[in-house]
Amino acid sequence: MPQPGSNYAQPSPDGHFGQHGGRFVAETLIHALDELEVLYEQARADPEFQAEFAEDLARFVGRPSPLYFARRLTERLGGPQIYLKREDLNHTGAHKINNCVGQALLARRMGKPRVIAETGAGQHGVATATVAARFGLECQVYMGVEDIARQSLNVYRMKLLGASVVPVHSGSKTLKDALNEALRDWVTHVDNTHYIIGTVAGPHPYPTLVRDFQSVIGQEARSQCLQQMGRLPDALVACVGGGSNALGLFHPFIDDEAVRLVGVEAAGLGLETGRHAATLNDGQVGVLHGNKTYLMQDADGQISNTHSISAGLDYPGVGPEHSHLKDIGRAQYDAVTDEEALAAFRLLNQTEGIMPALESSHAVAWVVREASRLGTGQIIVINLSGRGDKDIQTVAELDGTTL
Amino acid sequence: MSRIGPTLEALRSQQRTALVPFITAGDPQLAVTVPALNALVRGGADLLELGVPFSDPEADGPAIQASSERALANGTGLRDVLKCVTEFRASDDQTPVILMGYLNSVLAMGEGAFAAAAAKAGVDGAIIVNLPPEESKSLRNALAEKDIDLIMLAAPTTSDDRLSAIDRAASGFVYLVSLKGTTGADHISVGEVNQNLARLRGRTRLPILAGFGIKDAATARALGEQADGVVIGAAIVSRMAALRADADAIPEALYRFVHDIRQALDA
Repeated sequence: MPQPGSNYAQPSPDGHFGQHGGRFVAETLIHALDELEVLYEQARADPEFQAEFAEDLARFVGRPSPLYFARRLTERLGGPQIYLKREDLNHTGAHKINNCVGQALLARRMGKPRVIAETGAGQHGVATATVAARFGLECQVYMGVEDIARQSLNVYRMKLLGASVVPVHSGSKTLKDALNEALRDWVTHVDNTHYIIGTVAGPHPYPTLVRDFQSVIGQEARSQCLQQMGRLPDALVACVGGGSNALGLFHPFIDDEAVRLVGVEAAGLGLETGRHAATLNDGQVGVLHGNKTYLMQDADGQISNTHSISAGLDYPGVGPEHSHLKDIGRAQYDAVTDEEALAAFRLLNQTEGIMPALESSHAVAWVVREASRLGTGQIIVINLSGRGDKDIQTVAELDGTTL
Repeated sequence: MSRIGPTLEALRSQQRTALVPFITAGDPQLAVTVPALNALVRGGADLLELGVPFSDPEADGPAIQASSERALANGTGLRDVLKCVTEFRASDDQTPVILMGYLNSVLAMGEGAFAAAAAKAGVDGAIIVNLPPEESKSLRNALAEKDIDLIMLAAPTTSDDRLSAIDRAASGFVYLVSLKGTTGADHISVGEVNQNLARLRGRTRLPILAGFGIKDAATARALGEQADGVVIGAAIVSRMAALRADADAIPEALYRFVHDIRQALDA
């Protein structure tokens, strides 16, 4: 982790990443955030906590996840050497579980018997329900009714895990509204409840602690690169919705300035159509969900409805550290369309026998598009943040197939 | 100069409890907002809280969320809200008007531009629900330049040390959130509010107004024993929602509702 003295030691003591981040919430929640901040600082420095976390990542999540050389994809594209960081092989099928294990351990330390979460595609909801079962915590997951309709399999899965899923009818009835509703639950039950935010956003200290829990991805990838290739990669590529898988991969490389960091946002139907979720490409700075960051919004500051084929990227904000990395130019943020992501989804299935989540397919699609501009000697690591089983229904519908 | 301080001072010297109703601008239509404000004043409101509709009102319960959604569906923006205040000021130059909303609405206009436009319209104060004192400095300075109060919130969970920090950042009054929850919640406890009031009283010289979950005259009166004033929002907004098909009837209904509470407070 970048230490003081690094150009990238963020956030500031009050939780700012450059001009972004901070703590913009109702006064009622400040006490809980203060408590979480103190407890997290203790846990972070406590070898016993770190050992517990590492133990669960190894035995429950199944880490380390492999760094896999995608030989046939590399040959097909005729460009750089492509490696996949296989977060899809984690328990529950995505990177989300890393953060959930960490936060469940924090909830237990705080003596809070109940956890809540928001979810869009349902992956974070499933991961939260999973750790709640694992640690014996009561669990309630907020989910927009639009997403419940799109992701019925994950809804049922959460119920099987013993969680209750609360449909959210307000606003656009998607992820951002589920987050609002989770904040309302938290403000009401703050004494006995820990809110497990699923991405590197929200009020301080969430962006920091989620980043730290997800940094295991980049720590592993860094040592795997050194071990398997004898050198660091030339570029890291990851999809960005809220941005937790991307920041988890990027962060341990942040002082390695020769390593290019590429975040790939959802261009939906195309940036020019306005129907997308490419916040860092097309947003303005504002405040939502407890932090200052780039947002998709109109001239009056109302948050826009976003679009992406991938529910996990369909969010009008982005983690504040990404906004800062964009501002200072350390990372670049590009975007690929629904169509490009779908093509990449199919390509990876057929060249490697790996079905990526539609979210992760965005990162693959960027490499497909840029391959000819990347030299053959280059080493590229793509974060394959989740598996695509949850998306089969969506893709089948686009194919006109009824399952 | 903000009308809030002098108004609350006068009420205190008369030993009267300030009555502060809340409505969302543009709900159910913009044309109703100014007649509704006038009716609230006729009914006995001492200060007015005017909600700025926002797409993601994370501190609000279902009644005010729905109200915000109706106002947004009508296309009500911050500039429309300020126009309502200008129009209201044409006939009422006395009653303080406080805007209540979320920070992003202000940031989208720009803090300085917002302060200037609000002052020009005749706004006296602003309550920004998701702006704690630590993050409030630049907006506070911008508003102070235009003699607009930035009202800070205190909560049941706020520590004693923070209460002092909130006092230092606040002007006008301190808004005591009466319960752990969202606006319109139904678990208010007068005893608990009074305990928190006493805690806050020792740490601020500003008047203290209580809000969140106050729905009827009895609760308002009970809280008025200790608080300098009460804010009533969701109960009013729900009444407006019930009448939205018959919007002409809204001002009269608001007048009667507020009048009854005024009588209970003054009895």
